[in-house]
Amino acid sequence: MGRHTFLESVAVADCAMEVEGDDLDDLFATAARALAEVMVDPATVPRGVERRVELAAPSLDLLLFDWLSELIYMKDAERLVFPEAEVHVDRADPCRLVARLAGGVIDRATTALRADPKAVTFHQFVLEPHGGGWRARLVIDV
Amino acid sequence: MKTVPVADCVWEIPTSEKPGMLVPARIYASEALLRQMDAGVFEQVTNVACLPGIVRASLCMPDGHWGYGFPIGGVAAFRADTGVISPGGIGFDINCGMRLLRTDLTEAEVRPRLTELVEALFAAVPSGVGAKGFVRLSDDEFREVMREGARWCVRHGYGWPEDLAATEGGGCLPGADPDRVSVRAVARGREQLGTLGSGNHYLEIQVVPPDGLHDPEVARAFGLERPGQIAVMLHCGSRGFGHQIGTDYLRTFDQVMRRYGITVRDRELACAPFRSPEGQAYFGAMTAAANTAFANRQLIAHRVREVMARVFGRDPRALGLSVVYDVCHNTAKVERYPVDGEPLELVVHRKGATRAFGPGAPDLPEAYRAVGQPVIIGGSMETGSALLVGTAHAMAETFGSTAHGAGRTMSRAQAKRQVWGETLMRQMAERGIVVRAASKSGVAEEAGFAYKDLAEVVDTVHRLDISRRVATLRPIGNVKG
Repeated sequence: MGRHTFLESVAVADCAMEVEGDDLDDLFATAARALAEVMVDPATVPRGVERRVELAAPSLDLLLFDWLSELIYMKDAERLVFPEAEVHVDRADPCRLVARLAGGVIDRATTALRADPKAVTFHQFVLEPHGGGWRARLVIDV
Repeated sequence: MKTVPVADCVWEIPTSEKPGMLVPARIYASEALLRQMDAGVFEQVTNVACLPGIVRASLCMPDGHWGYGFPIGGVAAFRADTGVISPGGIGFDINCGMRLLRTDLTEAEVRPRLTELVEALFAAVPSGVGAKGFVRLSDDEFREVMREGARWCVRHGYGWPEDLAATEGGGCLPGADPDRVSVRAVARGREQLGTLGSGNHYLEIQVVPPDGLHDPEVARAFGLERPGQIAVMLHCGSRGFGHQIGTDYLRTFDQVMRRYGITVRDRELACAPFRSPEGQAYFGAMTAAANTAFANRQLIAHRVREVMARVFGRDPRALGLSVVYDVCHNTAKVERYPVDGEPLELVVHRKGATRAFGPGAPDLPEAYRAVGQPVIIGGSMETGSALLVGTAHAMAETFGSTAHGAGRTMSRAQAKRQVWGETLMRQMAERGIVVRAASKSGVAEEAGFAYKDLAEVVDTVHRLDISRRVATLRPIGNVKG
């Protein structure tokens, strides 16, 4: 099961996190959950919306960049936040992912709002194998 | 890194400090502010000095702190013919900026209705995650907004014609190209026009304190005449629309740099030659976002007028609710400056840096041409903000640029550990500041103690003569995301 830690010394004005996963699927899913946690209290998001997302990118790190950018995009374009994610990452060329997301539309009366992420950044952006699994460092501009 | 004092509050990092530096780096700061700057500032300002086509020096303003690619407070000018344009020199929040409105109201008139006013503004100006604006636009109408900016708003009754003269570039920058904007950027931003956002964005009711008029003559020219006078300040940008354009082109430039033989020291400095198809596409899209940000602040100002008219039972004109100025602090613009005695067309990047044109600048409205451009520097929600004026020296020294804010010194998480949002709101209420926020944790993140001392920043830019102190404004009501 993946883990994430917020790194306070890396992004004083914004939000930095280190994400670990047993494998790439786990890391991508954990990063998605961590991002949802930045935006809202996940327990207060109404459920009922499921989405399937497919993405392709020329490298694994760009696939992670595009994946998190997609989640930020849906937050603004459709007001959707997904606290649950199952992801399958394929390392073929180009790299691909298929994800199933579960969450709902932000209800401004009942959803506990936190920060409003603007973008994923390349600042200290790393995705690398680590201890038999994978590790990423992400800085989100909020 | 070797930092050499070259003048009062000016520190230079020579080109010998880092391989690839084409020009020196210059940091404008008092000794106290220089000591507070994190290591990222020095690294980033020297990285920028390595970018192709940069002229004179890579600059950092006194409120500098690390950013993405450029430091916040970074100013750099690149030759339009041979230099680059970089989203990292503008920021994801394209044309984030400040707008100040003055009123004829006094604190004595507003105090009894302050809570009602703040509540009404909070209801009228959506903020925080998932907020939708009040203007519904078709795709074609949104493209008109991209091209026309604040002019579109005034044309549709959301503002007064004179608001445009009091907006940088008349609220409509040339070169916007909606065809260079992605469908995703439109989908992300179209419903957010007229929303405030979150983080350090705010809408504030402010008062001129008893000792707040530092240059009464210039203050009068800007519409601030006396202590106790009420003003309204807002800080926001292009919202998800600009954020998506920043993301789209960061991703594009990351992939095309190799084709142009450009290498950068930080991936966030991804760039392309300004005259290349990609550089021109980004400039067109970025300018569309800048215009949309002007429209966003214009719509919010319109809502402020509606609310204040309702609460105080007087027409906005009778309340004297006019725009002092609207100024950007995240843009790239084509401007002309002398370089080695030759006037050159330059792409001036200002990232967390305010344009500060001096007297006589052609872009200024007639009323300000003799005194210079109003400069609005936002502080924390607890400590207040500042109104300054641009100078001729800024034109010569910093490409007509100055500081933009106070700058954080503490992480958001650390601030939240030090105080609960509810506690801070109660403490501020006891000091006479009414706060209404979409996110209580967001209030804690913006506590005054998490920011540098704004007075030190303002004193420094005044001492440097890259802008001059005009007035201080103290918050009494704050709406936040």
